[in-house]
Formats: sequence, C-alpha cells, structure tokens
Amino acid sequence: MVRIITTVDGARHDDDVEARLLLVHYLRDQLGRTGTPIGCDTSNCGACTVLIDGYSAKSCTVLAVQVDGREVTTVQGLADGDLHPVQKAFHEEHGLQCGFCTPGMIIAAIDLLSDNPDPSDGEVRRGMEGNLCRCTGYHNIVKAVRAASADLRATAQGPAPVEPAPEHAVVRA
Amino acid sequence: MTAPPRTTGFIGRPVRRKEDARLITGQTRWTDNLRLPGLLYMAILRSPVAHARIGPVDVSAALAEPGVVAAFSGADLADEYGPLPTAWPVTDDTIVPDHPALATDEVRHVGDAVAVVIAENRYQAADALDAVDVRYDRLPPVVDLEAALAPDAPLVHAGSGTNRCFTWSFSAGDYSAVKARAEVVLSRRFIQQRVLPTAMEPRAVLADTTTAVGESTLWTATQVPHIVRVLLSSVCRIPEQKLRVIAPDVGGGFGGKLNVYAEEALALVVSRRIGRPVKWTASRGEDYQATTHGRGMIQDIEVAAMRDGRALGLKVDLISDMGAYLQILTAGVPLLGRYMYPGIYKFEAHEIRCQGVFTTKTPTDSYRGAGRPEPAFAIERMMDELAAELDLDPLEVRERNWIEHEEFPYTTITGLTYDSGSYEAATARARELFGYDELRREQALRRDRGDRVQLGIGVSTYTEMAGLAPSRWFGQHRYVAGGWETAGVRLLPTGRVEAVVGTSPHGQGHVTTFSQIVADTVGVPLDDVDVLHGDTSVAPHGLDTYGSRSMVIGGRAVLAAAEAVVAQAKPIAAHLLEVEPGDVEFADGRFSVRGAPDAGITIQKVALAAFTAHDLPEGVTPVLHADVTIDPETFSYPHGTHLCASEVDTETGAVSVRSYVAVDDVGRVVNPLIVDGQVHGGITQGLAQALYEEAVYDTEGNLVTGSLVDYMVPGPPDVPPYTTDRTETPATTNPMGVKGAGEAGTIGSVPAVVNSVVDALRPFGVTDVRMPCTPERVWRAIHEHSPRGGVV
Repeated sequence: MVRIITTVDGARHDDDVEARLLLVHYLRDQLGRTGTPIGCDTSNCGACTVLIDGYSAKSCTVLAVQVDGREVTTVQGLADGDLHPVQKAFHEEHGLQCGFCTPGMIIAAIDLLSDNPDPSDGEVRRGMEGNLCRCTGYHNIVKAVRAASADLRATAQGPAPVEPAPEHAVVRA
Repeated sequence: MTAPPRTTGFIGRPVRRKEDARLITGQTRWTDNLRLPGLLYMAILRSPVAHARIGPVDVSAALAEPGVVAAFSGADLADEYGPLPTAWPVTDDTIVPDHPALATDEVRHVGDAVAVVIAENRYQAADALDAVDVRYDRLPPVVDLEAALAPDAPLVHAGSGTNRCFTWSFSAGDYSAVKARAEVVLSRRFIQQRVLPTAMEPRAVLADTTTAVGESTLWTATQVPHIVRVLLSSVCRIPEQKLRVIAPDVGGGFGGKLNVYAEEALALVVSRRIGRPVKWTASRGEDYQATTHGRGMIQDIEVAAMRDGRALGLKVDLISDMGAYLQILTAGVPLLGRYMYPGIYKFEAHEIRCQGVFTTKTPTDSYRGAGRPEPAFAIERMMDELAAELDLDPLEVRERNWIEHEEFPYTTITGLTYDSGSYEAATARARELFGYDELRREQALRRDRGDRVQLGIGVSTYTEMAGLAPSRWFGQHRYVAGGWETAGVRLLPTGRVEAVVGTSPHGQGHVTTFSQIVADTVGVPLDDVDVLHGDTSVAPHGLDTYGSRSMVIGGRAVLAAAEAVVAQAKPIAAHLLEVEPGDVEFADGRFSVRGAPDAGITIQKVALAAFTAHDLPEGVTPVLHADVTIDPETFSYPHGTHLCASEVDTETGAVSVRSYVAVDDVGRVVNPLIVDGQVHGGITQGLAQALYEEAVYDTEGNLVTGSLVDYMVPGPPDVPPYTTDRTETPATTNPMGVKGAGEAGTIGSVPAVVNSVVDALRPFGVTDVRMPCTPERVWRAIHEHSPRGGVV
C-alpha cells in the first residue's frame, strides 16, 4: 500500500492505496465519486476524463499514486452553486442524450477552451477527438462547446490559466 | 412580478430536457455506481477459443486467492437455473439450442462464460480468474456463413444435425413471369457486416437476494426491465412477484441491452447461493464478447425492371448469422425485415427467402433499426444500381417507382398498408437544402477534369415500420410476448402530477417528452410533472423501449391516461361549481362554466377537493388516477430523403463526407430538439456502419476487433455536421399523429453514404464497395476495375 494525499473536488483525502489502483477506481470505489464513469479499458472513449491540476487526463490511464500531491477535479466539482458555463451549454444545446460520455466531454471541453478560448467547429472536433459519444453524433456537442466558448469569452470568467509543472507531461501521456 | 409559468402549448416546442440536471453534474445512478452493504464483485472466466469441449472446470485454486469468497463452475450452478430464453422461434421447426448461463460441456464462441469468481473487490475477482483450471479440447470453428450451410460442415450444435436454424420464405405475384418480361435484370450481393452496438455504458448487473421479505432485486443496465423480470423469474425459478427489476440510469442501449443475459441470471443465483449482494460490470472488451452483435447477413438481391426505369419484381435471398445461440430476438430480427425490402416502391412481384445459420460467434440480436436497416440498404442500393445501369438520375428512378402521395393509404406487395407520407415533399426539400443540381454539376466537372478527389452523391429515400408492435401481429409471427404499452397518470393532492410509464428510457428523454404531453393535457406547469419509469415495483406494467415504440405506443398511453384523469376530475369540478358536468369546460388547467367563463376552478383545487373527499358527488371516488394500456392496431411508417456528398480520394481511397442532408417525416413532433438529436445520432451510427465499423472474426473464430482500439467507433472529427429538416404528414393510425423517430436516422443513412462512395467511383466501373468502405476497400475497388488506379 502507498500513502497518497490528494485534493478531489476541493476536499482533501489522505489514503492508503494499492500501487496498481487506477485513479478512476480510486475515485469511484474508494471515494464514492461515481460521477466519473468508465466506458472502456483501452483509454479510447474518454468517459473517465478528469482535470489533474487543471489539465484533462483519462483517469483510467492514471494510477492513483500519480495524483499524490495534486488536485483532481471531476464533473462533480465544477458547479459552484451555479452550473459551469460548459455544463449549462450542454443542457441548452442538447449536447447529451444518455449522458454517460457527458462528464468526460464536459471536462475535455473545459480543457480545450482553456487552451483555445475561441475554437472553430473543426478545432472543437479535433480537440475532442479522444472522447466518444454514441448518442448525439457530436453535432450538438460541437454546438455546446462553441456556445460555452462564446459565453466564457463574454463573461471573461474562463478558468484561470494554470502554469504547467514539468511532471504534467507524465500524467497527460 | 414574474409571469405565471406556462401551462399549455408544450407539445411541439424544443423544451430543454429535465433529465440533464443530474447527468451534467455527475449525480448519476449507473448500475456500477450502486453499492450495498456486504457487496461482492463477480468476475467471469470466458472461453478464449471459439469452439471446444471443456473438461472438468476446477475452481479450487481460485478459492485460495486473496479476497475470494466463492467460485463456481457451470456444473456447480447447473441446478440453480434453466436455459437462457429465446422469445422468437420464427418457424415451427426453428432449432432452439440449449443455452446455459455457464457452459457445462462445450463452449461455442470466444467469450462464452465458463466459470465465475466472487471476491471482496473487483481487482481480486479479476486476479483469481487466472487460478481457475479449464481444459479446452478444440473443435472446429464455424465462421463463414455459406460454409456453415455445406452438408459436411462442422456443427455448432452437434445434436441438431445441421447449422441451419430456420428457413422461411414469402412470395407475392409471379416473379418468374415479371422477370421474363423485364428488359433489365440486375443482381447484387451485399454484405451486412457484423457490428457492435457499443452503448457507452458497458453492461452491468447488481443482484441482491438478501432482503428480509424474501424479495430478489436486480439492478441491470437494460432497455427492458419488464421483459427481464418475466423471463428471468422463470429462468432462475424466482416467483415473479418476488423479483423486482430496476433499470437505473442506463447509458445507451441501441439493442445491445434489449435482452436477457447470462450475467443477470448468474448474479441472481450466485447472490442466492452465498447470501450477499453481487455486482458484475463488463469491461469494454468483455462487453464486446458477451453483448449481442448487430446485423451479420448476406443479401442476394435481384431487381427486374424496364428500360424506362420502372421496377417490376424484387427477389431476395438472405443468409442471416445467428451466432452460437438464440438470444431473445436473434431469430426474429431478419423476420422484422421481411416486409420492408420493397421500401417505398411499387412492385408487381416479390420473392424472399431467409436462412438463419449458427456460427461459433457471439449471438446476434437487435441493433438500432433491428431488421429494417438491412432491407432499406438493399433496396436503396439497388435503386442506385438501376439508375446507373439505365443512365438515369437516381432520384428520377425513385420517382418513377415510389408510391405517390395521392395513393396513400397504400398496401405494398408484402401486405403492409402505409398510412401516410409524402416522398415528393421530403425529396423536394432535401434537394433544395442539399443543392443537388449544383453538386451534380460540380461532380461532372470533376469527372471531366479527372480530379484525384472525386465527388460522390448518395441518395436514400427510405421508409421503415416503427412502433413495434401490434400484439396480434407479434402473435401471428410467433413472438412470445405482446407489443402493448401502459401509462398511469396520477393527480396528487397538491396538484402535482405523476406519470408512471412502462417504457424504459436510456437516453431518449422520455421524462421530458412525456411531461410535455401530461402538462399540456392536464394544464399544469412542466415542472409540476414527474415521470417514473424503469422499476418493476414502481411501474409494474410495460414492455419497455425498443423499435421506435416509446412515443408511438407509450406516448399515446400517456396522453390517454392524462385525458382520463381530467375526465375523472370533471364531475368533481362540476359539483364544486354547482352545475351539471355537461356544463363544464376544461382548458389550460381550469374548469369553467359554459357561458360564464368567470365561474371556474383550477385543477389543483379539484385535486385537493378530491383528496379531502369532504364534499364529493355521489359515486365519485377520491382517487384521481388512470391507467391506460394501448395496443396499437398497426405500425407507423416514418420516411425520409437523405442526401450525402462524399469526397473520395482515388489515390488513397479515403472517404470524407462533405455534406449530409436529412429530411425526415416522423409525423407529428412532440419535441423537435429531441427528435433532431435522435436523427443526428442515428445518422452517425449508420454512417459508422457504412464507413468505419466491423466486428471482424478471423478464420479461427477470434473476435479481432475486440476493443475500442480496433473497433472503429467514430470520434468527433470522423463525422460531419448534419443539415436536418422535417416534413410532417401526421400518422393517421394514432391520435397523436406520431410515427417514431429513434431509428430513422440509422435506417436512412447507411445506403445514402455507401451510394455516395459508389457514385464517386462510377467512372472507374465500380458497382459496389463492401461495408465498411475503408480506404483499403475503396482503393482496391478502384484498382480491381481500373488497372491504372486513379487514372480514369
């Protein structure tokens, strides 16, 4: 067992975990943060995407021990009283149907918009290529991300830029 | 001061979904999220080979592994349950093989379940599978459909003496005579490749048989909790009233969750055996081996026609891949397609035959459109082939053969009566949105120039039968259940309304659309309505969600139940207003006296008066609650015109869809936002079959595309944006005029996309490209017909 200290959706956790435990299983089974689902076993679908220190990562491809000392944000940590503009846009633009891919989509969109606050349709599609949806055909997801982009720019309340530490490359891989 | 909330006019509006609030914040209840005290995790050992006799399965070493609580072989559990059921033996002599939840003597596909291990956590359960000892004595795999029918073929089920599961045929008119008279006879062989439904949520099951009242509860990621309850109670020998089935949040289905599965039975009997709740969640790879596949069919199609483009006769010969066993609808899927090969066209004669064949592969069953995309593909491809053969525009050939608007209702050569539609209107609108003539001009220019990237234009003017199904029809076709649907509407004392429905949504937005119907009918704000579903204790009657049935049948039941509740409230309102019920009018949530509109009472006040029951008229009960069951008289027939423009790189074979227009006629629309979403997703699944997806088995029967690495579900950059519009000819067969919208996109899009690819390659002499039209297949098609490759 390995001791890790991590912050998940604003709450500090101090836990012993198996070295092999995946972050997504740590979140779901150990912390009960089941808002982040698992859609595949090969890091293709992106349903389990979370933010680690502000950067999106597929939590099925990250070990729990890798988030020691880091801050994890899941879909459950986005709404601060009000919905996050990306959440709101997915609702307004009907960017979800069954909703299983939605947590990962929303997180991936937030990361995309922090890199590129005003993406074109094509940039949204390319920027979200690591996230699969079987219900929407992506049409309204693209609309939602564009709408959120406009909303964020209008209110200039986009996520504050995070200065990447060198280790980030490891968790993003 | 804010305006009072709207209480009418919801139907037809793009109301934002009530479902979303939980889904966008992660407050979800997927089956795998659920935990119970004492919960154990089940892992399943699956056959790594396609076909083998298995020796004794020894689980003893697994029992010694850390955290393991129990482990069972097929023999250990054989007395706990009966065989897994099929619900659709399509002929008198359909072969229904034994299908145990855990194999006991033979495994018949990669992924066939062999043993289970139950442990304190999911890692321990998975680890301990390695300790189970199984000897596999290989038997020959049966992979190829035609080879499986050869007299000396190895048998999937030795006892049956054949791999042929069934043969059925049907004919109308004299096909030989029209063929003799025809000036053109075209034959094509199309392959409907196997595809994997791939709901984003893999299947998962949680069984708890430990409740004090002796009730067994099964949470399962299913589209069909009611069907699961009926069939599984018998499989697992649990009295039906003791089995509660709950479909909590379900992350998509597409037919893959329209079944009764081994894992559901195993979780129940294992929980019963060890006295603790048990959960199983599929990994994606496991889901691909153990969830039914879709399609899997060889289609030999022949069209006899005149040189002016008039089609006379249609002959169809099908071989349909059942896989290793019959799941509940496996054999029935091709039968659903039996009626649809003529599509929207008038034929004088038609012959169709279908053979079902067992193979050593995962069973097939429903996949979005189930049985109807296959015929739509075949006939729409043939219309394009006929057009090419006769050097006519594909739309012109269709127009010469389709049922004209004035001819509805029209009984087709297969005996279905299409009630309504306007193929002319949908096509005209699609042409306009698409810029059909301009694109044809551009295509001609690029052909003349010999451009490396050629433009192809694909047409599909599909129809389908939706709203499955009239119970009588199901009975006539040997399906063991009915097709009715039930809804209950309750007006609560506080004036709020609950609708209880037998459909079981998993992404379709029923909570929103059914709320719209109830709010409109009862005259209350949308937020005052809730819709309860997916739990056999809460919504005991129903036949669930598949086959574009939920609005067509379930929505009708919701409407009728809401109207019945208003009718129940009316005599109470009249009594309170001190007039005769005949003098009371109801509109927008308010009862008023005819001729004296100022004298009135809201339905909320009537609800409270009914509840208190202090002053009710004689013979009126205080409960405002109506249940209505609707058994549809017939199907509905959505249709549409889809036009696809693809750019095909003749050097690399890469296909890129440039624009896609879909004009669908799904009858009256309750929520255009949701219908558009269904169409977008449906088109994408069809496009995926056309260009990307195939469940590939090698000659040894291994599922080569066993994960999302190899199975090409398109991502956001792989599909285009869509232009959608609608024409609206209301169905005449139901009072709402709705036709069903869940499968239309998938049915329309597969031929539109493939036709566009073939159209781009016509100058090379190409007459077909097998699905999925991968760059390799496109490149090979070009080179097969044109030795100089990209040079025309």
